[in-house]
This record gives sequence, structure tokens and C-alpha cells, in this order.
Amino acid sequence: MAAIQITNVEKRYRSLRALDGVSLTIEEGEFFGLLGPNGAGKTTLISILAGLNRANAGSVSVHGHDVVSEYRAARRLLGVVPQELVFDPFFTVRETLRLQSGYFGLKNNDAWIDEVMHHLNLTNKANANMRALSGGMKRRVLVAQALVHKPPVIVLDEPTAGVDVELRQTLWQFVGRLNHEGHTVVLTTHYLEEAQALCNRIAMLKAGKLVALDSTANLIHRISGSQLTLRLAPGNRLPDVLKPLVSHPDQLLGGNQYILRVNDVAEVEPILAKLREGRVVIEDMQLQQADLEDVFIQIMEREK
Amino acid sequence: MIGFQTLFYKEVLRFWKVAAQTVAAPVLTAMLYLLIFGHVLQDHVQVFPGVKYTAFLVPGLIMMSVLQNAFANSSSSLIQSKITGNLVFVLLPPLSHWELFGAYVGAAVLRGAMVGSGVFLITAWFAKLSFVAPWWILLFGLLGAGILGTLGLVAGIWADKFDQLAAFQNFLIMPLTFLSGVFYSIHSLPGFWQDISRFNPFFYMIDGFRYGFFGQSDVAPLHSFAVVCGFFLLVAAFAVYLLKSGYKLRH
Repeated sequence: MAAIQITNVEKRYRSLRALDGVSLTIEEGEFFGLLGPNGAGKTTLISILAGLNRANAGSVSVHGHDVVSEYRAARRLLGVVPQELVFDPFFTVRETLRLQSGYFGLKNNDAWIDEVMHHLNLTNKANANMRALSGGMKRRVLVAQALVHKPPVIVLDEPTAGVDVELRQTLWQFVGRLNHEGHTVVLTTHYLEEAQALCNRIAMLKAGKLVALDSTANLIHRISGSQLTLRLAPGNRLPDVLKPLVSHPDQLLGGNQYILRVNDVAEVEPILAKLREGRVVIEDMQLQQADLEDVFIQIMEREK
Repeated sequence: MIGFQTLFYKEVLRFWKVAAQTVAAPVLTAMLYLLIFGHVLQDHVQVFPGVKYTAFLVPGLIMMSVLQNAFANSSSSLIQSKITGNLVFVLLPPLSHWELFGAYVGAAVLRGAMVGSGVFLITAWFAKLSFVAPWWILLFGLLGAGILGTLGLVAGIWADKFDQLAAFQNFLIMPLTFLSGVFYSIHSLPGFWQDISRFNPFFYMIDGFRYGFFGQSDVAPLHSFAVVCGFFLLVAAFAVYLLKSGYKLRH
């Protein structure tokens, strides 16, 4: 049985179609990435899955339980880490986690609460008031709250936005372990290298529509070849003959840097020859394999 | 059931952690009302034969405190959670609309009862009270707190900002409370205003509550009980409907 089944989900806000007939299936045990630019509908889709929002059409189920008609069963199976950094200022970390356990019908859950706190490096903050915690610590508590009931499906909505390297590593180690133990993980993130490293399958949303759905490996193989990053010395310009090879016309890198698409290493020498012909001085040069970010940019540009 | 118990416990803990503000302060306010109005009007007003004005005032003040604090508890909890975003912790778990209703209103009733008991204990020093029908006192006290706790829930669901909640409180709850006979008997009003008062459900809560103390009231206690019960069922059904539909909470 699918961990999550999303069928023809539509969500409208007046004239805006936030989700426009999205369908996808996430199998048990997957580490699934949900990617897309801001406003693509990722959080809306997660909100509908979590019962925080209602779809105008279509259906969503968790382990076969419809999130509206069988919401109690569906929500018991879900642990959601919300995107916003929210907390209840009245309580300590331990009180917060005990309350969250209770909401899920669990009493005497301290052994698991202690384990979750240990894995998220929260143990020495157990009795601190939520107000006194740093942003990173509050984020850890949010993750812990989503895990208090050992949900088989864990949904992380941009969990690493604005957090330090230590928390990222701690979080991915712990979530990775849970995934190995059989928990399904759904991740939305803008850090594509994270998605590439962690997710075995990826869906991409744009303007409420599903524009890609494949294994991470297949998505990356869609772009054959590599990219050559060139930084030219001040005053130097890329010869016109090479301009068709520039892969990112918007030049995210700015300045005098260019990213050129090459199919293999053999194509590098002719490019260098053209640069020498034009007496262009190179300050730095890098050859990289295409990655998920390239795929993402290509798909998003194609769908414009 | 554990979910309901936990939410109820959390709602109680929420106000109990700031009890100086949520319990002690309203008791002090009620005592000030009694001292000032009791002192000024003691020798000038007698509402029921044989009942001093200070004594007449006490049940009204107790009930007013119960009602206002029950409303404040559920409404402030909900609006704070909505605005800070932590309502998500209650919306994500498998809590039913009945559990949400029971926990929020239950905690509101408890705070109302605690403040009411506090006001009673303090004001009992200043007035000689009788307890003709204590069950009516308890029944009207609990029902009144339940109604206002429910209205607080509705207001908290509806309001998007603190000023909208303040408007609900200041332009609806406060006038209905003050014009319900806390400080006077409606028989002292001109005929037209007496008739208007009979459309105010708060009047029946306070009148029935006061009957429990003195055995005297403006309308028969059973009549008040029927009105109060009916009103409670009406607002409770509306609140449960809002929770079930997800109005402004799951949107």
C-alpha cells in the first residue's frame, strides 16, 4: 500500500490555482523530495495532506486512510514539521513534547521523548522555556514534536531553512536512520544538493502543476554532460562564437563568470583554443558534472 | 480521550502559569466594584425586600467575573495560538472537533469557576449572604461559564487580529453583561428597557444565579434555566459546526 496517495488535487484561492490537478504516489520507505520555486504549491500540498487545509477537488490518503473522512487514522500516521518557526511560549521543551505526545493519545512517553531529545541534541535544554531557545534549537523542538508519536510517515517542510551546519547534520543523521528503519520521509527544500544527496525520488511542482516525477538518478541523467565554469580576467569578454554554449543566460554568478555546457571533457580543449584565439585571459576554471540544480533550472525554464 | 485530557490540561496550565493575571486580578477588580458601588449605594438602593444592596451586588459580581473570565480564557488562548502560529500543534494531531470544543470550553469553565470562587470568598467578608438554593447557583454558574467559554471559542475562531477580538468583547460581551442586571434589578428600569432586557440571555444567567442566593428573582428560575440551556445548546452547536467545518482554522 502506498504511504501517500495524492489524486487530482486542486486548490483555488479566488482566481489563483495553487494546485492544479496534482497526482502522485509515494511508496512506503521512500525518501521523497518535493521541489519547486516559492509559490509552486509545495506547502499547500503538505497542508492538505496534514489536514491544515482542504482541497477543492481530489483526494489524499495516508496508508489508505483519507485525510478528510478518516482524518484521525491519517493524522496518527503522519508527523509534520511545519515550515514556520512556531512555538508555545508558556512551556518548557519537555512540557511541549509531553503535551504533543498526549494530543496523539500517548501517555508515559518519556523514554521515546528522551531518545528523540538525545538524537537532536536537546537533552540539556529539556527544562528550558521555549522562549529562551535560539532559532536553531526551536527548529529542533519542532522536529522532535513531529516525531513524538513515531509516525511511519514524516513530512519535513523546509526543515533546514536558515539553520546551521551542525543541526543539518544532526537532523539528516537522525531522519536517515528513521528512513532506514522503514519510515517514509517527504522533504521539501530549496537546498537542491540536500535533496540530491538524500532523496531517492523527486517530484517538481511549478505554478501548482506537477512538472517532473522520477528517481533522482533518472532526473540527473536527463542532462547528459558537464558544465564548465569560467572566470575571466577583468576587461575580458567571452568570444561571440562561444556564447551559444552558455547554459545560464541569467548569469547567477554575475561579474565575469560564465557557465558553459559541454558533453564531455574532449570538448573543453576546443573551447580553450577559441579563448586563446580571442586572447581572453582565464582567471579560474572548473569542470563539474551536471547535478540536480541544473535539472531543476532546466525543467523550470522549460515550463515557463 | 487522552488527547482531550491533554488539551484540557494544557489549557488549564496555560492560564494557571499566569494566575496572578488570569485569576487574582479579576478577583481584585470585583472587590473594587463591591467596595465602591456598595459604599456609594448601600443606603440608597434596596432591590429585594430584606436584602441589602451590597449583598444583592455580590452574586451579580461573582457571575460577571465568571462570565468575563470564561470568555477571556478560550478567546485569548485561541487568538494567541492563531497569531503566533502554534495552533498548528493542536490542528495536526488526531483531535476531533468534539475534543477541541470540550477542552477549550472545559478550561474556560474551570477558570470562570476559580475566579468566581475567589470573588465569592473575598466579597463574602463584606456582605451577609444566604444560600436558598445552592444547586441553582452551581447550575447557572457552570452554564453561564459554558456559554461564555463557547462564545470565546467562536470569537477566537472568527477573529484574525486582536482588535477584532477586542471589538467582539467590548461591543457585544461587555454591554450584554453590564445590561443584564449585575448592578440592578430590571424591575427598576422603564417598561421599554425591561422588555429589551428580556431578549438578553445574560440577564437570565444572572437572575437565575441570584435566585440561588436569595430565593428572589425577576423571572422564575425554571424559566431562566430553560432560556440558558437553550442558548447554550445553540452556541455550542454553532461552535462545534465551526470546528468541524474548519472555518478560518483549516483554510
